Amino acid sequence: MQPYELGVEESLRALEGGTLSSVELTKSCLERIEKVDDDIGAFISVDREGALMAAEAADRNRSAGSAGSLCGVPVAVKDLLNVKGLKNTCGSKMLENFISPYDATSVTKLKQAGAVIIGKVSMDEFAMGSASETCAFGAPRNPIKKGYVTGGSSGGSAAAVAALECAASLGSDTGGSIRQPASLCGVVGMKPTYGRVSRYGLTAFASSLDQVGPFARNVADCARMMQVISGWDEMDSTSVQQSVPDFPAALTEGLSGMTAGVPKEYFTAGLDPEVEKVVYNAIEALKARGAKIVEVSLPHTEYCVAAYYIIASSEASSNLARYDGVVYGFRKEGENLLEMYKNTRSEGFGAEVKRRILIGTYALSSGYYDAYYKKASQVRTLILNDFKSAFTKCDFLVSPVCPTPAWKQGEHKDDPLAAYLSDILTLSTNLAGVPGMSVPGGVTSSGLPVGVQLQGTHFAEETLLRAGWNLEQELQLPAGKIDI
Amino acid sequence: MNMKISQEDVQHVANLARLRLSDEELVTMTGQLDTILSYVEKLDELDTTGVSPTTHVFPLSNVFREDIVRPSLEQQEALENGPKTDEDSFLVPKII
Repeated sequence: MQPYELGVEESLRALEGGTLSSVELTKSCLERIEKVDDDIGAFISVDREGALMAAEAADRNRSAGSAGSLCGVPVAVKDLLNVKGLKNTCGSKMLENFISPYDATSVTKLKQAGAVIIGKVSMDEFAMGSASETCAFGAPRNPIKKGYVTGGSSGGSAAAVAALECAASLGSDTGGSIRQPASLCGVVGMKPTYGRVSRYGLTAFASSLDQVGPFARNVADCARMMQVISGWDEMDSTSVQQSVPDFPAALTEGLSGMTAGVPKEYFTAGLDPEVEKVVYNAIEALKARGAKIVEVSLPHTEYCVAAYYIIASSEASSNLARYDGVVYGFRKEGENLLEMYKNTRSEGFGAEVKRRILIGTYALSSGYYDAYYKKASQVRTLILNDFKSAFTKCDFLVSPVCPTPAWKQGEHKDDPLAAYLSDILTLSTNLAGVPGMSVPGGVTSSGLPVGVQLQGTHFAEETLLRAGWNLEQELQLPAGKIDI
Repeated sequence: MNMKISQEDVQHVANLARLRLSDEELVTMTGQLDTILSYVEKLDELDTTGVSPTTHVFPLSNVFREDIVRPSLEQQEALENGPKTDEDSFLVPKII
């Protein structure tokens, strides 16, 4: 077994036992990246020097008896979370040469825990997309099957973990961008409760929906990552003053006394039969672990796509107004200020970003605000109430993550609405601000991974981790076979 | 055909968003926006009379702190990512 094959907990055991140093582990991951990443395309930039320096420091700290809880473990970071001194491209030509002058809080927390940041990973441009194909620097591909998408927008974060290029990674989830690529690549991914993890230093897409979260090879690794990155931050006034539980301690044997709700609206036409089969199998596994299963209803699910694309695009149109070619980022000169703005934004942004800016600007423009943004925000209340009502009947929800397994690269290119509709099972989570996770549930007959989505009430990450861990223990899936 | 949005509308919104669309982009975007906005009409099926809008899932309140000077980004660091700068400022095309 090569060091790069180790997950977070396995790495820590080897590092603690003294059979492996962080320098050896980091070098092993760097060699792995060198060997496979031209093909996988998970990384936008690799920080070889910085990673080796951090690994040396981790080894020194460990021998001095001051090892943090991720001391020496190599992790990757989605290229929209600022890491001081590294590029933060957001997958956009607009920020191709932007170098972060500071660390995002989640990154600071990783560094304080001793993690080795190995590089920045690929994503849809400004996190807008469901396949990582809107990235200005080329799309990553699914490590489990050549020619298939990773999902998105955190496709690089999922692919890097699935292809064994690092032990874990950070991504962000605005409408499914952690859970969906985790599902499609066969890894664990968690979107925490809105406000659980600081958004400081996360490049904003839709501020009322964005949340930072981890990718890992298993639930225990995910729990440890969650432990490190969670918590109130004075730099993010929307982070919530809520104590952080001991997440790894939540992974206890059995689910007796717990009720899993199956939202009937998530099992409708358009759901791939092979995905459905995997999810029903997972429901049986939860039952075998002692969970009671009940059917619940989230009646406004069919409206989430419409509400989401108005709200997210509106917030994006406002957030992305900052890219004007003045204080940072790309600039294309013009004969006056207005022309400079227009030239910069027209050349700097890709088509999907422009489309969403246009939708958002339209929805917020004079005369249309009530019909679009206000209406969507009211429907958001109805969606939130659906969840509140469902969680009076169950402790967590179990469902598919995405109606289909990974699709072929390039397949959704010319039909944005079709791509938006594929997000129907993950968008409500963000609109309601509740936590959600994807846990591998099995594979299709052609070997494509399928994740199982668990959703909980606000701040119920422990419940999800416990349910996810029990699911993982019960299913005992073999490690995904990497197609290289 | 009953279009939700015309090319003129898209042109107007693009101008508000400081985007310039080529003739080809204008045609494509108008078609796609029309499809998306027609789909969004689905929300009108719901009676939302009296439903208060949710803009944040948790009630937000002002966060106060003492107004104390703290270190922040140094001027030179702030200028480093500027596309066009001189010693101590960002340069833009002449405004006045």
